[in-house]
Amino acid sequence: MALSRLSSRSTTLLQPLATTSLLRRRHISTDTTPITVETSLPFTSHLISPPSRAVETSSQELLSFFRDMALMRRMEIAADSLYKAKLIRGFCHLYDGQEAVAIGMEAAITKRDAIITSYRDHCTFLGRGGGLFEAFSELMGRTTGCSKGKGGSMHFYKKDASFYGGHGIVGAQVPLGCGLAFAQKYSKEEAVTFTLYGDGAANQGQLFEALNIAALWDLPAVLVCENNHYGMGTAEWRSAKSPAYFKRGDYVPGLKVDGMDALAVKQACKFAKEHALKNGPIILEMDTYRYHGHSMSDPGSTYRTRDEISGVRQVRDPIDRVRKLIIAHDIATEKELKDMEKEVRKEVDAAVAQAKESPIPEPSELFSNIYVKGFGAEVNFISPLETTLSFGADRKELRATLP
Amino acid sequence: MASLLGRFCRKLVVPGSAHGSRMISTTACDSEAVKSLNLYSAINQALHIALETDPRSYVFGEDVGFGGVFRCTTGLAERFGKNRVFNTPLCEQGIVGFGIGLAAMGNRAVVEIQFADYIYPAFDQIVNEAAKFRYRSGNQFNCGGLTIRAPYGAVGHGGHYHSQSPEAFFCHVPGIKVVIPRSPREAKGLLLSSIRDPNPVVFFEPKWLYRQAVEEVPEHDYMIPLSQAEVIREGNDITLVGWGAQLTVMEQACLDAEKEGISCELIDLKTLLPWDKETVEASVKKTGRLLISHEAPVTGGFGAEISATILERCFLKLEAPVSRVCGLDTPFPLVFEPFYMPTKNKASSSSSLSSPLKKKHYLIMGLHVWCRYWMQSSPLLITSHSICFFR
Repeated sequence: MALSRLSSRSTTLLQPLATTSLLRRRHISTDTTPITVETSLPFTSHLISPPSRAVETSSQELLSFFRDMALMRRMEIAADSLYKAKLIRGFCHLYDGQEAVAIGMEAAITKRDAIITSYRDHCTFLGRGGGLFEAFSELMGRTTGCSKGKGGSMHFYKKDASFYGGHGIVGAQVPLGCGLAFAQKYSKEEAVTFTLYGDGAANQGQLFEALNIAALWDLPAVLVCENNHYGMGTAEWRSAKSPAYFKRGDYVPGLKVDGMDALAVKQACKFAKEHALKNGPIILEMDTYRYHGHSMSDPGSTYRTRDEISGVRQVRDPIDRVRKLIIAHDIATEKELKDMEKEVRKEVDAAVAQAKESPIPEPSELFSNIYVKGFGAEVNFISPLETTLSFGADRKELRATLP
Repeated sequence: MASLLGRFCRKLVVPGSAHGSRMISTTACDSEAVKSLNLYSAINQALHIALETDPRSYVFGEDVGFGGVFRCTTGLAERFGKNRVFNTPLCEQGIVGFGIGLAAMGNRAVVEIQFADYIYPAFDQIVNEAAKFRYRSGNQFNCGGLTIRAPYGAVGHGGHYHSQSPEAFFCHVPGIKVVIPRSPREAKGLLLSSIRDPNPVVFFEPKWLYRQAVEEVPEHDYMIPLSQAEVIREGNDITLVGWGAQLTVMEQACLDAEKEGISCELIDLKTLLPWDKETVEASVKKTGRLLISHEAPVTGGFGAEISATILERCFLKLEAPVSRVCGLDTPFPLVFEPFYMPTKNKASSSSSLSSPLKKKHYLIMGLHVWCRYWMQSSPLLITSHSICFFR
């Protein structure tokens, strides 16, 4: 296979791998020669010197950014249609528009670093290595889902990739994240925890409690505020006295990052990880945007104008930004990128079809994993209408009998 | 002085027999205008009246300004201004604490918690501050003007964090009142009573009924007394006690039992703390059997309190053990909601209703049939004075 060498300012065209006869292979560059790209906006910082605007990347990385973000985008749009088709019930909070945060973060860290986030977790799960099939199964409540169908959209977890989920209660994950960081420091793991929360959660009391603890004990916690400027329907200026969330830490240093620029996110996360390992907590504010409403029950246009949404989509869309970078550096052509998107679409459709065929959990699963088995809280499940209704101190079985 | 008193007991309500009659303010007349309203409209009307009649009352919470996620607060901000009806940031503990402070200054604070599932950060404020304020200050201070409203209960697809019924936690706290309406007409009267009651009240609204329940609601200002249970269906064979949305399910079980010849007495508790023990006791002394039903998990649910009290009071009159048909002891599930919920079939087949003395047998529909029924049915709830349609 002929790989052309790409120098940082080269204008030679990348010879696509079409020289091979493997027509099904993706035309992804495996070139890892570093390319330096400047972030579009400088970093704003609080109590710390910001990292450099020059980010090192490579064609391989840029193409993988593009592909993974396109995958995430497609997944969210497929989830949208599934919800409207009533195959996904309950609540569904979509992440499209914010993909750069998940992707940039992954590029800067390892699977040993922990991530914990809120209910808008589908793409974070994918970023951590989660599969499309597991994601769609979980959304549709099937046993093959990542949480065995018992969690749903808001509760995706992946233990082997240190992804601690997926939390429904706003802000509740922040003290948890600091606890994870403590455990990492205690075990000398040289790993950090990225705790993600939104601009709405930034006003929760428990966040400040956790921040104080993290700072007091120098925990390797990176608190990431994904500021998409709307807490459900409330704009940030209406709910926060100080919308400069990166400064809210007061004594904790902070950095404001353009969250729609995957490379800026990568740089900031790399910087934050180094800082957290040496000096304790740091706050990152990702200036990002979500195209969908808060959840599928929210049209997303009653508290913001459609012009605003389409404006952001035209000017700041993360995938388009990477696309332009790829084309500008001649890593791939427009057509190749489009082909990649088509492939991604097929992949998502296949995963959806497979997930639709998956079984729903057994009724006995209703009672499993409330407590640990074998410690005296057994529930006898016979059928949905006939079961032990309570397990109390008296161990009395109350059974509803069928005649 | 009179205005001070007037603020807290605006309407006098004549107590009367709790059996079979609806308690309405004496100033109500039957010829008063009524309008067909659903639950959120009735609550909206109650809030309009509360703010209108007391210039020192406020409504606040997350997203109440534009009308709230369930539209209970529509039109309030436009009518009474942003100084009296305003949004708060996302911080339940802060919101309730702030409400306690406002109430301590003699105002009426009507706080909205967006879903009852989110009330727990505020639990400390409610239990440790609101409930104990009057007591620990020797009656110098109180936060009686505080009313906390929260939508509770299953809705079909709510999952873990949009379906919980936390009433039992609050019933364990002396110093607050816990009120749960069953229908639009009840909700308006009970909410006005709760707001005007000189004690802090936690008011749970069954969110499933926000749109589903439609009833004729009088348009005037009326209050329904707290701590008075109502017998909404008279019977002789068994007493059923419930509150909120669960009553519609129990009504169905009563109708089914009727076909088998069992006459059921159905009681709506309305106020859970302090609850009307006398009404339930009198009913159980008449029937000899008791069945309690609620959505919350059975262990430690409020049914346990009712069961224990009735046992103490009516032991010799009971013909069968007190039966509790409640949610299962699991976190509120996602896909398993139909199995978790205490449906009418579970009520029908419970030991009290199918006691050997009666020798009744019930046809239990297949799971798939009642699942469909649960999702798509449109049952009728007939109260003693009005018809409540469920679309």
